Amino acid sequence: MAAKLLSRLRQLDTRLISPQHQRPFFRNARLFSGQQIPSSDSHPSLPPTPTPTPTPLPPPTAGSAGEKRQRTSSLKDHELAKFAAISDTWWDSEGPFKPLHAMNPTRLAFIRSTLCRHFSKDPNVPKPFEGLEIVDVGCGGGILSEPLARLGATVTGVDAVEKNIKIAHLHADLDPTTSTIDYVCTTAEKLVEEGRQFDAVMSLEVIEHVADPAEFCKSLAALTRPGGAVVISTINRSIRAYAAAIVAAEYILHWLPRGTHQWSSFLTPEELVMILKRSSIDVEEMAGFVLNPLTGKWLLSDDVSVNFIAFATKKAEG
Amino acid sequence: MNRLVARRNLYSNHDQLKFTWKRGYCSGGEAAAAAGSSASSGHLNHDEHGTFSGNEQPYDLAIVGGGMVGMALACSLATKPLTKHLKVAIVDSNPALANKLSIKMEDPPDPRVSTVTPATISYFQDTGAWQYVQQHRHAYFDKMQVWDYTGLGYTTYDARDVDKDVLGCVVENRVLHSSLLSRIEDTDFQKTIYPSRLASMIRYPSSSVKADGNTREASYAKAGLVKLEMSDGSSLYTKLVVGADGAKSQVRNLAGFRTTGWNYSQNAIICTVEHYVANHTAWQRFLPDGPIALLPIGNNFSNIVWTMNPEQSSDLTAMNEDEFVKAVNHALDHGYGPHPKSSFSNGTNKFSFLGGNLTMSINESFEVPPKVVKLASKRAAFPLSLMHANDYIAKRIVLIGDAAHAVHPLAGQGVNLGFGDAFTLSRIIGEGVAVGTDIGEASLLRKYEAERKPANVAMMAVLDGFQKLYSVDFGPLNALRAAAFHAANYISPLKRSIISYASGEQRLPMFP
Repeated sequence: MAAKLLSRLRQLDTRLISPQHQRPFFRNARLFSGQQIPSSDSHPSLPPTPTPTPTPLPPPTAGSAGEKRQRTSSLKDHELAKFAAISDTWWDSEGPFKPLHAMNPTRLAFIRSTLCRHFSKDPNVPKPFEGLEIVDVGCGGGILSEPLARLGATVTGVDAVEKNIKIAHLHADLDPTTSTIDYVCTTAEKLVEEGRQFDAVMSLEVIEHVADPAEFCKSLAALTRPGGAVVISTINRSIRAYAAAIVAAEYILHWLPRGTHQWSSFLTPEELVMILKRSSIDVEEMAGFVLNPLTGKWLLSDDVSVNFIAFATKKAEG
Repeated sequence: MNRLVARRNLYSNHDQLKFTWKRGYCSGGEAAAAAGSSASSGHLNHDEHGTFSGNEQPYDLAIVGGGMVGMALACSLATKPLTKHLKVAIVDSNPALANKLSIKMEDPPDPRVSTVTPATISYFQDTGAWQYVQQHRHAYFDKMQVWDYTGLGYTTYDARDVDKDVLGCVVENRVLHSSLLSRIEDTDFQKTIYPSRLASMIRYPSSSVKADGNTREASYAKAGLVKLEMSDGSSLYTKLVVGADGAKSQVRNLAGFRTTGWNYSQNAIICTVEHYVANHTAWQRFLPDGPIALLPIGNNFSNIVWTMNPEQSSDLTAMNEDEFVKAVNHALDHGYGPHPKSSFSNGTNKFSFLGGNLTMSINESFEVPPKVVKLASKRAAFPLSLMHANDYIAKRIVLIGDAAHAVHPLAGQGVNLGFGDAFTLSRIIGEGVAVGTDIGEASLLRKYEAERKPANVAMMAVLDGFQKLYSVDFGPLNALRAAAFHAANYISPLKRSIISYASGEQRLPMFP
């Protein structure tokens, strides 16, 4: 089903739907959804944490990229202990982040196969991503960044919430392979301003929390080197997703705190493909995540009606 | 402005601190440290953290117990591209690990043998260790006959019933062990042998941040690594501890795993015997006190596994060799009861209505096992029991083989379950490495438990059922057993299902 969808989208003439038409729709959707939006436009991308009120933080001091990193050892020992206690919930695979941990191996399997194919890397080695620079936009506690680092990539983890960066840093320092991850408390737009570029840009489960997905996609595109890859995962704006991701997950099963997601801010695969296309990013592969309720395992499938992940590329120059 | 300056100073201090901490991991030559250190190469000079001896690098896996099952895990990891880079420590005081003993064909057969099922043979072939087994004495068998003392029924199994060549292969344990070792030697697998016994195991919960500075030990403790201390004083840190140390597993005790089980109040006597002719069939006769099995080992030798009461077993081990040989022949032939009648039911088979191809072995008549001529080894007796660990895994600890389950030898399945555990765990570790998981994570280990536990428990239930069924001499029960023999012999679909379950091709009984 995902393959048929992609071929339909490629034939779609995007000129029929003008960009002007799209943007008000998104902005209105945000206004009516009751989502918390900071009034200033300097934070266009919201953090992907389940806490409904993200703590607004002053941006880190401007300067060279090396000095922008928040360090944990500038804190006293008792603060370290406090952060250590909190960090367990991000990394507690039975805790509030359980669905994310359960989904993680499946997402990584998709990322591994698509990136290895795109960059012509041998998938049968333990570190297939050696030599690749990857940025994880909206990394949270580093659930995706750490496995990517273990697979050999040079990972930069970016999140707008300082608490998450601290937690991610604390946890990553426990294992020498992951302690090389560069965690930065910043936004995608700021990274673009610095002129940074990466071979692959990951933004998983972020775009449904963002105020302006089109601008966000433009930033992601700017962060990608020509010939690089972009991987985005999100939830479809369908009735089934409303039943599964909001009613079931938040209200019945209590997998996520209430208010984590707003149905109106979900994107359909067609919309995602179109806004990426306008940023010159072509979606090449799409897959859905399906949960088997009996075994509790997540599987990749063609069914994109609830969770889906898209692999896209930026055209190489020349 | 002052705050900015202060912050900048703190950053540079941290760079220094972070770099010296990373240097701790540098001594193994890890390239990771180079990535973070480019900014602070000027601060190399002071090294405040003492000496970093190479032995204290954390291992990826520590296999406690270098027996057949532990080495099977190591061999499987060594021969797969995704896992052959893992650093493994093997804790076992057996000198055979360090200096491989050479086994010659002329050596008399060791009485400790195992019957490996076709499933295990294919695992060995996949890793490339089976070629080494074939260089030593080994005996494939393609026929098996099972009957009991009442003489009311018998079952003959033939590999051709399921279109295979063999039902299994009987190999000495030391041959299996050295074959796995040889295969590992072929590869450049990084393994370190700790030739002593495990004394204690310390597992730090990751929330207990004992902040005694940034010493390496504190950092390992924070990471939740496991520290193993050996009886000779050496110690190591590892991400995952694999308990492959047998039925009296030290890992299992130290980790506090609870077990379920009972003693069978039976002992098994094992020894090697010789015949005038070669033996190519596996024979098993259920006697009132327990089964006697005669397994071919090759070159006119066979292995005896005779289960009985403890008093009888001490009598039989004490008596002289000729008396023992007479007792064995008596038990295999006319002792305790008559021979079953071969039913050559005039070509018509009562059960042919069930359809399907008739198995070849239906037409085979009852045969008497070959006569034992003399004893070829010492007799050894050991007690039998059933044991099953309630859990196979905990955070960063996993049990495989006899450490997790011990079964009755009546169907030769024990070590095959262990090999199944080892090769499954190796596959799951490979899957974890493929998606960048930390191999000690409980979610990964749970996948292994979910795969092996049902299969092991099902097999144990079947074997225990057999053991109990055959230990009672009661008229109606004898008739039931006779009916079971007939059913297994003449109902072809049932026979095929039994063979494929016992061969390891089918994971669970009853389900195709």
